[in-house]
Amino acid sequence: MSKERIKISEDLYDIMPSDYQDLVKSATYGKEDRGWKDIGTSKELIEQHSLCAGCPESMAFRYILASLPNPEDTVMVGSTGCTSLVFPMVAVHNIHSLFGNQNAIASGLKRALSVRFPDRTKDVVVLAGDGATVDIGLDMTLQAWFRQEKFTTICFDNELYANTGGQESGLMQKGFVAKMAPVGKLFDKVRLPEIARESGCHYVVQCTVSKPSVIEKVIRNAVFVAREIGPTYLQLYTPCILEIGKNSMEGLQEMRDSEKPTERFAYKEYVSEPAKQLLAEIAAKDKERKAAAKQLAGQA
Amino acid sequence: MSDYRVLPGPEHFLPPAAASMGIRLPNPGEAHINGVIVSEEKAYEEAAKQFLMAKVPTLFPGPLVLWAWNENAAKKATAIRHLYNTLKECVQPGQKPMLIPMPDYRPKYPKINPEVEINPNHPNLTIWHNKIDCCMFIGVHCHQANLSLKIIRGGTSCYTIAMCAQAGHEDAMLSFRDASVEKIMKLADWVRKLKGTVQPRLTSAKSGASN
Repeated sequence: MSKERIKISEDLYDIMPSDYQDLVKSATYGKEDRGWKDIGTSKELIEQHSLCAGCPESMAFRYILASLPNPEDTVMVGSTGCTSLVFPMVAVHNIHSLFGNQNAIASGLKRALSVRFPDRTKDVVVLAGDGATVDIGLDMTLQAWFRQEKFTTICFDNELYANTGGQESGLMQKGFVAKMAPVGKLFDKVRLPEIARESGCHYVVQCTVSKPSVIEKVIRNAVFVAREIGPTYLQLYTPCILEIGKNSMEGLQEMRDSEKPTERFAYKEYVSEPAKQLLAEIAAKDKERKAAAKQLAGQA
Repeated sequence: MSDYRVLPGPEHFLPPAAASMGIRLPNPGEAHINGVIVSEEKAYEEAAKQFLMAKVPTLFPGPLVLWAWNENAAKKATAIRHLYNTLKECVQPGQKPMLIPMPDYRPKYPKINPEVEINPNHPNLTIWHNKIDCCMFIGVHCHQANLSLKIIRGGTSCYTIAMCAQAGHEDAMLSFRDASVEKIMKLADWVRKLKGTVQPRLTSAKSGASN
Protein backbone atom coordinates (compact mmCIF):
# COMPACT_ATOMS: atom_id res chain seq x y z
CA MET A 1 0.00 0.00 0.00
CA SER A 2 2.06 2.87 -1.22
CA LYS A 3 2.87 5.11 -4.13
CA GLU A 4 5.02 2.34 -5.60
CA ARG A 5 2.07 1.16 -7.64
CA ILE A 6 1.33 4.64 -8.95
CA LYS A 7 4.23 5.50 -11.22
CA ILE A 8 4.22 7.18 -14.60
CA SER A 9 6.24 5.54 -17.40
CA GLU A 10 9.47 7.49 -17.58
CA ASP A 11 9.42 7.92 -21.36
CA LEU A 12 5.96 9.44 -21.34
CA TYR A 13 6.25 11.46 -18.12
CA ASP A 14 6.61 14.81 -19.89
CA ILE A 15 3.32 14.51 -21.79
CA MET A 16 1.24 13.70 -18.73
CA PRO A 17 -0.98 16.61 -17.63
CA SER A 18 0.43 18.34 -14.56
CA ASP A 19 -2.50 17.16 -12.40
CA TYR A 20 -1.28 13.59 -12.72
CA GLN A 21 2.35 14.48 -12.19
CA ASP A 22 1.33 16.28 -9.00
CA LEU A 23 -0.68 13.28 -7.83
CA VAL A 24 2.40 11.12 -8.11
CA LYS A 25 4.76 13.70 -6.63
CA SER A 26 2.81 15.06 -3.69
CA ALA A 27 -0.46 13.25 -3.02
CA THR A 28 -0.68 11.42 0.29
CA TYR A 29 -1.22 7.87 -0.97
CA GLY A 30 0.50 5.49 1.40
CA LYS A 31 0.97 8.05 4.17
CA GLU A 32 -0.01 6.35 7.40
CA ASP A 33 -1.29 9.39 9.29
CA ARG A 34 -2.81 11.28 6.39
CA GLY A 35 -5.60 13.62 7.39
CA TRP A 36 -7.31 16.96 6.92
CA LYS A 37 -4.12 18.85 7.81
CA ASP A 38 -2.62 17.71 4.49
CA ILE A 39 -5.12 19.96 2.71
CA GLY A 40 -3.23 22.88 1.27
CA THR A 41 0.20 21.27 1.55
CA SER A 42 -0.29 18.10 -0.51
CA LYS A 43 -2.02 17.35 -3.77
CA GLU A 44 -5.64 16.67 -2.87
CA LEU A 45 -7.51 13.70 -4.28
CA ILE A 46 -10.18 16.15 -5.41
CA GLU A 47 -8.99 19.34 -6.98
CA GLN A 48 -12.03 20.79 -8.67
CA HIS A 49 -15.73 20.01 -8.74
CA SER A 50 -18.91 21.06 -10.43
CA LEU A 51 -20.96 21.72 -7.32
CA CYS A 52 -22.46 25.11 -6.52
CA ALA A 53 -20.18 27.78 -5.07
CA GLY A 54 -19.95 27.38 -1.30
CA CYS A 55 -21.64 23.97 -1.25
CA PRO A 56 -20.91 22.23 2.09
CA GLU A 57 -20.87 18.94 0.19
CA SER A 58 -17.63 20.03 -1.48
CA MET A 59 -16.09 20.63 1.97
CA ALA A 60 -17.27 17.21 3.05
CA PHE A 61 -15.71 15.61 -0.02
CA ARG A 62 -12.37 17.26 0.66
CA TYR A 63 -12.30 16.22 4.31
CA ILE A 64 -13.39 12.66 3.56
CA LEU A 65 -10.86 12.17 0.76
CA ALA A 66 -8.11 13.62 2.92
CA SER A 67 -9.06 11.27 5.78
CA LEU A 68 -9.50 7.89 4.07
CA PRO A 69 -6.79 5.75 5.69
CA ASN A 70 -6.07 3.72 2.57
CA PRO A 71 -7.10 5.67 -0.57
CA GLU A 72 -5.01 3.66 -3.04
CA ASP A 73 -6.86 0.50 -1.97
CA THR A 74 -10.28 2.03 -1.47
CA VAL A 75 -13.21 1.81 -3.86
CA MET A 76 -16.01 4.29 -3.37
CA VAL A 77 -19.53 3.56 -4.53
CA GLY A 78 -21.67 6.54 -5.41
CA SER A 79 -25.27 6.98 -6.41
CA THR A 80 -27.40 9.42 -8.34
CA GLY A 81 -27.41 12.93 -6.91
CA CYS A 82 -25.10 15.89 -6.50
CA THR A 83 -22.29 13.53 -5.43
CA SER A 84 -22.34 11.86 -8.83
CA LEU A 85 -21.22 15.17 -10.36
CA VAL A 86 -18.11 15.08 -8.18
CA PHE A 87 -16.93 11.49 -8.51
CA PRO A 88 -15.48 11.96 -12.01
CA MET A 89 -13.05 14.46 -10.48
CA VAL A 90 -11.90 12.20 -7.67
CA ALA A 91 -8.58 10.33 -7.75
CA VAL A 92 -9.89 7.28 -5.90
CA HIS A 93 -11.42 4.26 -7.65
CA ASN A 94 -15.15 4.70 -7.74
CA ILE A 95 -18.28 3.13 -9.17
CA HIS A 96 -21.52 4.88 -9.98
CA SER A 97 -24.46 2.64 -9.12
CA LEU A 98 -28.07 2.92 -10.15
CA PHE A 99 -30.14 5.13 -7.89
CA GLY A 100 -30.54 3.33 -4.57
CA ASN A 101 -28.46 0.27 -5.48
CA GLN A 102 -25.26 1.51 -3.86
CA ASN A 103 -25.23 -0.80 -0.84
CA ALA A 104 -26.05 -3.86 -2.94
CA ILE A 105 -23.22 -3.00 -5.36
CA ALA A 106 -20.85 -2.42 -2.45
CA SER A 107 -21.77 -5.78 -0.90
CA GLY A 108 -20.80 -7.68 -4.02
CA LEU A 109 -17.75 -5.52 -4.57
CA LYS A 110 -16.41 -6.04 -1.06
CA ARG A 111 -16.88 -9.80 -1.30
CA ALA A 112 -15.26 -9.95 -4.73
CA LEU A 113 -12.28 -7.88 -3.58
CA SER A 114 -11.80 -10.18 -0.58
CA VAL A 115 -11.63 -13.18 -2.91
CA ARG A 116 -9.49 -11.49 -5.56
CA PHE A 117 -7.04 -9.85 -3.15
CA PRO A 118 -6.97 -12.06 -0.04
CA ASP A 119 -3.62 -10.65 1.10
CA ARG A 120 -4.39 -7.00 0.64
CA THR A 121 -6.64 -4.71 2.68
CA LYS A 122 -9.34 -3.32 0.40
CA ASP A 123 -11.82 -0.82 1.78
CA VAL A 124 -15.22 -0.10 0.28
CA VAL A 125 -16.99 3.15 1.11
CA VAL A 126 -20.49 4.02 -0.05
CA LEU A 127 -21.23 7.70 -0.39
CA ALA A 128 -24.75 8.68 -1.37
CA GLY A 129 -27.35 11.30 -0.67
CA ASP A 130 -30.36 10.97 1.61
CA GLY A 131 -32.69 10.12 -1.29
CA ALA A 132 -30.55 7.18 -2.32
CA THR A 133 -29.84 6.01 1.23
CA VAL A 134 -33.14 6.48 3.01
CA ASP A 135 -35.87 6.58 0.36
CA ILE A 136 -35.14 4.83 -2.90
CA GLY A 137 -32.33 2.64 -1.57
CA LEU A 138 -33.53 1.93 1.97
CA ASP A 139 -34.08 -1.74 1.19
CA MET A 140 -30.50 -2.16 -0.06
CA THR A 141 -29.12 -0.06 2.79
CA LEU A 142 -30.84 -2.11 5.49
CA GLN A 143 -30.24 -5.50 3.92
CA ALA A 144 -26.51 -4.78 3.71
CA TRP A 145 -26.50 -3.97 7.42
CA PHE A 146 -28.58 -7.04 8.33
CA ARG A 147 -26.07 -9.19 6.44
CA GLN A 148 -23.19 -7.55 8.35
CA GLU A 149 -21.42 -6.51 5.15
CA LYS A 150 -18.03 -5.07 5.98
CA PHE A 151 -18.11 -1.62 4.45
CA THR A 152 -18.87 1.96 5.44
CA THR A 153 -22.02 3.77 4.36
CA ILE A 154 -21.86 7.57 4.34
CA CYS A 155 -25.03 9.55 3.80
CA PHE A 156 -24.75 13.18 2.76
CA ASP A 157 -27.92 14.43 4.40
CA ASN A 158 -29.16 17.65 2.83
CA GLU A 159 -32.72 16.89 3.89
CA LEU A 160 -34.25 16.94 0.40
CA TYR A 161 -33.73 16.03 -3.25
CA ALA A 162 -31.50 18.94 -4.13
CA ASN A 163 -30.39 18.55 -7.69
CA THR A 164 -33.90 17.89 -8.99
CA GLY A 165 -35.31 21.07 -7.53
CA GLY A 166 -36.19 20.36 -3.89
CA GLN A 167 -38.57 17.45 -3.39
CA GLU A 168 -39.38 16.00 0.02
CA SER A 169 -37.13 13.24 1.32
CA GLY A 170 -37.42 10.93 4.30
CA LEU A 171 -34.69 12.86 6.09
CA MET A 172 -36.40 16.23 5.64
CA GLN A 173 -37.42 17.78 8.94
CA LYS A 174 -41.11 17.90 9.82
CA GLY A 175 -42.93 20.99 8.61
CA PHE A 176 -40.23 22.07 6.14
CA VAL A 177 -41.58 23.62 2.95
CA ALA A 178 -39.43 23.07 -0.14
CA LYS A 179 -39.79 24.40 -3.65
CA MET A 180 -41.31 21.17 -4.89
CA ALA A 181 -42.98 20.23 -1.60
CA PRO A 182 -45.27 23.19 -0.94
CA VAL A 183 -47.53 21.51 1.63
CA GLY A 184 -44.68 20.94 4.06
CA LYS A 185 -43.37 17.69 5.49
CA LEU A 186 -46.11 15.98 7.46
CA PHE A 187 -44.06 13.46 9.44
CA ASP A 188 -40.81 13.40 11.37
CA LYS A 189 -37.33 13.05 10.00
CA VAL A 190 -36.52 9.35 9.70
CA ARG A 191 -34.22 8.38 12.57
CA LEU A 192 -31.74 6.47 10.49
CA PRO A 193 -28.85 6.53 12.98
CA GLU A 194 -31.03 4.68 15.47
CA ILE A 195 -32.26 2.33 12.76
CA ALA A 196 -28.62 1.71 11.76
CA ARG A 197 -27.72 0.80 15.33
CA GLU A 198 -30.64 -1.60 15.61
CA SER A 199 -29.87 -3.06 12.19
CA GLY A 200 -26.39 -4.14 13.24
CA CYS A 201 -24.09 -1.23 12.44
CA HIS A 202 -21.12 -1.28 14.79
CA TYR A 203 -20.18 2.37 14.49
CA VAL A 204 -22.77 5.06 13.83
CA VAL A 205 -22.22 8.81 13.86
CA GLN A 206 -24.45 11.71 13.01
CA CYS A 207 -22.79 15.12 12.73
CA THR A 208 -22.24 18.09 10.46
CA VAL A 209 -19.10 18.72 8.41
CA SER A 210 -18.27 22.00 10.13
CA LYS A 211 -15.19 20.55 11.88
CA PRO A 212 -12.60 18.80 9.71
CA SER A 213 -10.93 17.15 12.71
CA VAL A 214 -14.21 15.49 13.65
CA ILE A 215 -14.74 14.26 10.11
CA GLU A 216 -11.22 12.85 10.03
CA LYS A 217 -11.79 10.97 13.27
CA VAL A 218 -15.16 9.49 12.33
CA ILE A 219 -14.08 8.51 8.81
CA ARG A 220 -11.02 6.68 10.08
CA ASN A 221 -12.98 4.98 12.85
CA ALA A 222 -15.76 3.96 10.47
CA VAL A 223 -13.35 2.49 7.92
CA PHE A 224 -11.30 0.62 10.54
CA VAL A 225 -14.39 -0.85 12.20
CA ALA A 226 -15.92 -1.83 8.85
CA ARG A 227 -12.66 -3.47 7.83
CA GLU A 228 -12.45 -5.70 10.91
CA ILE A 229 -15.91 -6.05 12.43
CA GLY A 230 -18.96 -5.11 10.36
CA PRO A 231 -21.06 -2.37 8.81
CA THR A 232 -20.66 1.26 9.85
CA TYR A 233 -22.80 4.30 9.11
CA LEU A 234 -22.10 8.04 9.02
CA GLN A 235 -24.82 10.61 8.50
CA LEU A 236 -23.27 13.97 7.66
CA TYR A 237 -25.30 17.14 7.40
CA THR A 238 -24.36 18.90 4.17
CA PRO A 239 -27.09 21.53 3.74
CA CYS A 240 -28.13 22.54 0.25
CA ILE A 241 -27.69 26.27 0.55
CA LEU A 242 -29.75 26.93 -2.57
CA GLU A 243 -32.75 24.94 -1.43
CA ILE A 244 -32.86 26.43 2.07
CA GLY A 245 -32.46 29.99 0.82
CA LYS A 246 -28.91 30.70 2.00
CA ASN A 247 -26.02 32.44 0.31
CA SER A 248 -22.75 30.80 -0.72
CA MET A 249 -20.89 31.88 2.40
CA GLU A 250 -23.60 30.82 4.85
CA GLY A 251 -23.23 27.04 4.62
CA LEU A 252 -20.74 26.79 7.47
CA GLN A 253 -22.87 28.87 9.83
CA GLU A 254 -25.93 26.81 8.95
CA MET A 255 -24.04 23.68 10.02
CA ARG A 256 -22.81 25.30 13.23
CA ASP A 257 -26.33 26.39 14.09
CA SER A 258 -27.68 22.91 13.43
CA GLU A 259 -25.15 21.04 15.56
CA LYS A 260 -25.93 22.74 18.85
CA PRO A 261 -26.85 20.26 21.60
CA THR A 262 -30.56 20.88 21.29
CA GLU A 263 -30.64 20.86 17.50
CA ARG A 264 -31.34 17.99 15.13
CA PHE A 265 -27.68 17.52 14.11
CA ALA A 266 -26.17 17.43 17.59
CA TYR A 267 -23.24 15.02 17.55
CA LYS A 268 -24.54 11.50 18.07
CA GLU A 269 -22.41 8.36 18.25
CA TYR A 270 -23.14 4.66 18.84
CA VAL A 271 -20.27 2.21 19.12
CA SER A 272 -20.72 -1.52 19.67
CA GLU A 273 -18.62 -3.30 22.28
CA PRO A 274 -16.34 -5.08 19.78
CA ALA A 275 -15.86 -1.77 17.95
CA LYS A 276 -15.01 0.01 21.20
CA GLN A 277 -12.34 -2.58 21.88
CA LEU A 278 -10.90 -2.31 18.38
CA LEU A 279 -10.81 1.49 18.45
CA ALA A 280 -9.09 1.41 21.84
CA GLU A 281 -6.43 -0.94 20.45
CA ILE A 282 -5.91 1.30 17.41
CA ALA A 283 -5.67 4.40 19.62
CA ALA A 284 -3.07 2.69 21.82
CA LYS A 285 -1.00 1.69 18.79
CA ASP A 286 -1.24 5.22 17.36
CA LYS A 287 -0.09 6.67 20.65
CA GLU A 288 2.84 4.27 20.75
CA ARG A 289 3.81 5.06 17.16
CA LYS A 290 3.63 8.82 17.72
CA ALA A 291 5.71 8.55 20.90
CA ALA A 292 8.34 6.54 19.06
CA ALA A 293 8.40 9.08 16.21
CA LYS A 294 8.73 11.92 18.70
CA GLN A 295 11.58 10.17 20.43
CA LEU A 296 13.30 9.55 17.10
CA ALA A 297 12.88 13.21 16.14
CA GLY A 298 14.33 14.22 19.52
CA GLN A 299 17.39 12.04 18.95
CA ALA A 300 17.91 13.49 15.48
CA MET B 1 -18.27 -11.32 -45.76
CA SER B 2 -20.00 -8.04 -45.02
CA ASP B 3 -20.12 -5.26 -47.62
CA TYR B 4 -19.82 -2.69 -44.85
CA ARG B 5 -16.50 -0.82 -44.72
CA VAL B 6 -15.09 1.00 -41.71
CA LEU B 7 -14.17 4.32 -43.28
CA PRO B 8 -13.28 7.77 -41.96
CA GLY B 9 -16.43 9.68 -40.95
CA PRO B 10 -18.26 11.72 -40.08
CA GLU B 11 -20.57 8.75 -40.45
CA HIS B 12 -23.49 10.11 -38.49
CA PHE B 13 -24.55 10.90 -34.97
CA LEU B 14 -24.75 7.29 -33.83
CA PRO B 15 -22.53 5.18 -36.07
CA PRO B 16 -23.29 1.47 -35.88
CA ALA B 17 -20.82 -0.78 -34.08
CA ALA B 18 -18.80 -2.29 -36.91
CA ALA B 19 -19.30 -5.73 -35.35
CA SER B 20 -23.05 -5.35 -35.76
CA MET B 21 -22.44 -4.67 -39.46
CA GLY B 22 -20.65 -7.98 -39.89
CA ILE B 23 -17.04 -6.86 -39.49
CA ARG B 24 -14.99 -9.55 -37.78
CA LEU B 25 -11.73 -9.41 -35.92
CA PRO B 26 -8.43 -10.66 -37.36
CA ASN B 27 -6.84 -13.93 -36.27
CA PRO B 28 -3.32 -13.95 -34.80
CA GLY B 29 -0.83 -12.80 -37.46
CA GLU B 30 -3.51 -10.82 -39.27
CA ALA B 31 -4.88 -7.29 -39.09
CA HIS B 32 -7.79 -5.50 -40.72
CA ILE B 33 -7.98 -2.46 -42.95
CA ASN B 34 -11.41 -0.86 -43.26
CA GLY B 35 -12.89 -4.11 -42.00
CA VAL B 36 -11.16 -6.35 -44.54
CA ILE B 37 -8.79 -8.94 -43.05
CA VAL B 38 -5.23 -8.52 -44.35
CA SER B 39 -1.78 -9.78 -43.44
CA GLU B 40 0.02 -7.93 -40.67
CA GLU B 41 2.73 -6.83 -43.13
CA LYS B 42 0.19 -5.07 -45.32
CA ALA B 43 -1.25 -3.33 -42.26
CA TYR B 44 2.18 -2.02 -41.22
CA GLU B 45 2.63 -0.53 -44.66
CA GLU B 46 -0.82 1.03 -44.74
CA ALA B 47 -0.51 2.44 -41.20
CA ALA B 48 2.87 3.97 -42.03
CA LYS B 49 1.40 5.48 -45.21
CA GLN B 50 -1.52 6.97 -43.34
CA PHE B 51 0.83 8.53 -40.78
CA LEU B 52 3.05 10.01 -43.49
CA MET B 53 0.06 11.34 -45.45
CA ALA B 54 -1.56 13.01 -42.45
CA LYS B 55 -1.23 16.67 -41.56
CA VAL B 56 -1.35 15.90 -37.85
CA PRO B 57 -0.48 12.23 -37.25
CA THR B 58 -1.07 11.58 -33.58
CA LEU B 59 -0.39 8.84 -31.06
CA PHE B 60 -2.84 8.46 -28.17
CA PRO B 61 -1.19 6.35 -25.45
CA GLY B 62 -3.65 5.17 -22.81
CA PRO B 63 -3.35 4.22 -19.13
CA LEU B 64 -1.97 0.75 -19.86
CA VAL B 65 1.27 2.29 -21.13
CA LEU B 66 1.29 5.71 -19.46
CA TRP B 67 1.44 4.12 -16.03
CA ALA B 68 4.40 1.87 -15.32
CA TRP B 69 2.30 -0.78 -13.66
CA ASN B 70 4.67 -3.49 -14.83
CA GLU B 71 7.97 -3.77 -16.66
CA ASN B 72 6.41 -4.42 -20.05
CA ALA B 73 4.26 -1.29 -19.80
CA ALA B 74 7.38 0.82 -19.31
CA LYS B 75 9.04 -0.88 -22.30
CA LYS B 76 6.01 -0.20 -24.47
CA ALA B 77 6.15 3.45 -23.38
CA THR B 78 9.76 3.58 -24.58
CA ALA B 79 8.74 2.05 -27.91
CA ILE B 80 5.93 4.58 -28.30
CA ARG B 81 8.33 7.43 -27.69
CA HIS B 82 10.60 5.89 -30.35
CA LEU B 83 7.70 5.71 -32.84
CA TYR B 84 6.83 9.35 -32.12
CA ASN B 85 10.46 10.45 -32.59
CA THR B 86 10.60 8.49 -35.85
CA LEU B 87 7.44 10.20 -37.07
CA LYS B 88 8.94 13.59 -36.26
CA GLU B 89 12.06 12.73 -38.23
CA CYS B 90 10.19 11.35 -41.23
CA VAL B 91 7.43 13.91 -41.86
CA GLN B 92 7.77 16.86 -44.18
CA PRO B 93 7.57 20.55 -43.25
CA GLY B 94 3.95 21.45 -42.55
CA GLN B 95 3.15 18.12 -40.96
CA LYS B 96 2.88 18.13 -37.18
CA PRO B 97 3.08 14.80 -35.32
CA MET B 98 1.59 14.83 -31.83
CA LEU B 99 1.72 12.63 -28.76
CA ILE B 100 -1.32 13.22 -26.58
CA PRO B 101 -2.07 11.09 -23.50
CA MET B 102 -5.32 9.53 -22.33
CA PRO B 103 -4.34 9.29 -18.63
CA ASP B 104 -7.62 7.79 -17.43
CA TYR B 105 -11.26 7.41 -18.35
CA ARG B 106 -12.95 9.87 -15.98
CA PRO B 107 -15.51 11.99 -17.81
CA LYS B 108 -13.85 15.03 -16.23
CA TYR B 109 -16.74 17.42 -16.41
CA PRO B 110 -17.02 20.34 -16.82
CA LYS B 111 -14.09 20.35 -19.25
CA ILE B 112 -10.79 18.88 -20.37
CA ASN B 113 -7.91 20.72 -21.94
CA PRO B 114 -7.82 19.33 -25.50
CA GLU B 115 -4.31 20.64 -26.01
CA VAL B 116 -2.83 18.34 -23.40
CA GLU B 117 -5.07 15.29 -23.20
CA ILE B 118 -7.79 13.22 -24.82
CA ASN B 119 -10.77 11.82 -22.98
CA PRO B 120 -12.54 8.67 -24.17
CA ASN B 121 -15.95 10.14 -23.44
CA HIS B 122 -15.50 13.07 -25.82
CA PRO B 123 -12.42 12.31 -27.95
CA ASN B 124 -13.80 14.44 -30.77
CA LEU B 125 -12.93 17.60 -28.79
CA THR B 126 -9.19 16.85 -28.88
CA ILE B 127 -9.36 15.79 -32.53
CA TRP B 128 -11.25 18.89 -33.60
CA HIS B 129 -9.11 21.24 -31.56
CA ASN B 130 -5.80 19.96 -32.91
CA LYS B 131 -7.15 19.18 -36.40
CA ILE B 132 -5.92 15.62 -36.09
CA ASP B 133 -6.50 13.62 -39.26
CA CYS B 134 -4.82 10.34 -38.35
CA CYS B 135 -4.46 8.81 -34.90
CA MET B 136 -3.41 5.61 -33.24
CA PHE B 137 -4.78 4.27 -29.97
CA ILE B 138 -2.36 2.24 -27.92
CA GLY B 139 -2.63 1.07 -24.32
CA VAL B 140 -6.31 1.93 -24.03
CA HIS B 141 -8.59 -0.67 -22.42
CA CYS B 142 -10.74 -2.23 -25.15
CA HIS B 143 -14.15 -1.11 -23.94
CA GLN B 144 -13.01 2.52 -23.75
CA ALA B 145 -11.24 2.26 -27.12
CA ASN B 146 -14.42 0.94 -28.75
CA LEU B 147 -16.43 3.81 -27.31
CA SER B 148 -13.90 6.41 -28.47
CA LEU B 149 -13.38 4.92 -31.92
CA LYS B 150 -17.11 5.01 -32.55
CA ILE B 151 -17.41 8.61 -31.39
CA ILE B 152 -14.49 9.60 -33.61
CA ARG B 153 -15.97 7.80 -36.60
CA GLY B 154 -19.33 9.40 -35.92
CA GLY B 155 -18.23 13.00 -35.61
CA THR B 156 -14.88 13.51 -37.31
CA SER B 157 -13.06 12.57 -40.50
CA CYS B 158 -10.01 11.32 -38.62
CA TYR B 159 -8.42 8.04 -39.76
CA THR B 160 -8.18 5.72 -36.74
CA ILE B 161 -5.62 3.00 -36.08
CA ALA B 162 -5.75 0.64 -33.11
CA MET B 163 -2.63 -1.06 -31.79
CA CYS B 164 -4.57 -3.43 -29.55
CA ALA B 165 -2.93 -5.78 -27.06
CA GLN B 166 -5.91 -8.12 -27.27
CA ALA B 167 -7.95 -9.19 -30.31
CA GLY B 168 -8.16 -5.88 -32.21
CA HIS B 169 -10.94 -3.37 -32.86
CA GLU B 170 -13.58 -3.54 -35.56
CA ASP B 171 -14.39 0.12 -35.05
CA ALA B 172 -10.94 1.35 -36.08
CA MET B 173 -10.17 1.86 -39.75
CA LEU B 174 -7.05 -0.20 -39.28
CA SER B 175 -6.39 -2.54 -36.41
CA PHE B 176 -3.47 -4.63 -35.26
CA ARG B 177 -3.87 -7.24 -32.56
CA ASP B 178 -1.55 -8.66 -29.87
CA ALA B 179 0.40 -5.40 -29.63
CA SER B 180 3.94 -5.77 -28.34
CA VAL B 181 7.12 -3.75 -28.10
CA GLU B 182 8.36 -5.49 -31.26
CA LYS B 183 5.24 -4.56 -33.23
CA ILE B 184 5.50 -0.91 -32.25
CA MET B 185 9.17 -0.87 -33.25
CA LYS B 186 8.32 -2.58 -36.52
CA LEU B 187 5.76 0.09 -37.31
CA ALA B 188 8.44 2.71 -36.65
CA ASP B 189 10.71 0.84 -39.08
CA TRP B 190 7.97 0.95 -41.73
CA VAL B 191 7.55 4.69 -41.22
CA ARG B 192 11.28 5.16 -41.75
CA LYS B 193 11.21 2.84 -44.78
CA LEU B 194 8.45 4.84 -46.49
CA LYS B 195 9.95 8.23 -45.64
CA GLY B 196 9.87 10.47 -48.71
CA THR B 197 7.76 8.07 -50.78
CA VAL B 198 4.36 9.28 -49.62
CA GLN B 199 2.80 12.59 -50.60
CA PRO B 200 1.33 14.34 -47.56
CA ARG B 201 -2.14 15.79 -48.06
CA LEU B 202 -1.10 19.24 -46.89
CA THR B 203 -3.37 21.04 -49.28
CA SER B 204 -6.29 18.71 -48.86
CA ALA B 205 -9.50 20.21 -47.52
CA LYS B 206 -10.00 17.07 -45.47
CA SER B 207 -9.12 17.66 -41.87
CA GLY B 208 -9.98 16.35 -38.46
CA ALA B 209 -12.87 18.76 -38.21
CA SER B 210 -16.33 17.40 -38.80
CA ASN B 211 -17.45 20.16 -41.13
